[in-house]
Amino acid sequence: MGTFHSDKGALHGITVVVRTTGSAVYIGRCDTQTPHAIFLNDADKHDEGQDGKTNDEYVKTAAQWGHWPRIPQVSVPAAEIAEVIRLSEIAAG
Amino acid sequence: MPYPEEMIAPMRAELADNGVEELRTADDVKNFLERNKDKNAMVIVNSVCGCAAGAARPGILLSLEGDKKPDAVGTCFAGNDTDACNYVRSLVPQAPPSSPSVYLFKQGQPASYVPRHVFEGGHPESVAEHLSNLYVKL
Repeated sequence: MGTFHSDKGALHGITVVVRTTGSAVYIGRCDTQTPHAIFLNDADKHDEGQDGKTNDEYVKTAAQWGHWPRIPQVSVPAAEIAEVIRLSEIAAG
Repeated sequence: MPYPEEMIAPMRAELADNGVEELRTADDVKNFLERNKDKNAMVIVNSVCGCAAGAARPGILLSLEGDKKPDAVGTCFAGNDTDACNYVRSLVPQAPPSSPSVYLFKQGQPASYVPRHVFEGGHPESVAEHLSNLYVKL
């Protein structure tokens, strides 16, 4: 269904998981995804092993409880993006 | 800064007009949970978000048409009923603040939680099914 900002793309307003080609994973509310980058609001970033958790564990916890919006705005360059999926598609851990 | 009451009044009414008890203060939430401590109860954190209008509120109301549902349902509004929302959120501290969201209580204790991302982009029917599956477990 999305919101009323049809020019922003299908993921606008949706909380997504952005897995990168590196060690980081981002979770945030997608503003826009362009050929060059994805722009997230109210986001969080987790590095593999941070706080004793794998990225998969971190994402599963977020799927159950939500994520802490520690980063107001962040963009992830397309070249660094491995996968973008909706957080709601992740089975809660 | 709270939203203008005249703006959110229809959003409040969508739930209140369908039997959901408004909980505008922390004491309202405490009293609601105390009154229903021997039952199953649900607190909805309502929101101005599009996903609240398109998925959460209609989906919640649809879920309450089923046979299995919470004995009591209350709601507070994020951004306006700040103390009420903060209080209910304090009962599930592992959950970051999220709206819309749903808190389910079994005999006064938190039993389940549904964060905003479950509602985003969803359809009322899928939201109702998700909630109904949680009601069965209460």
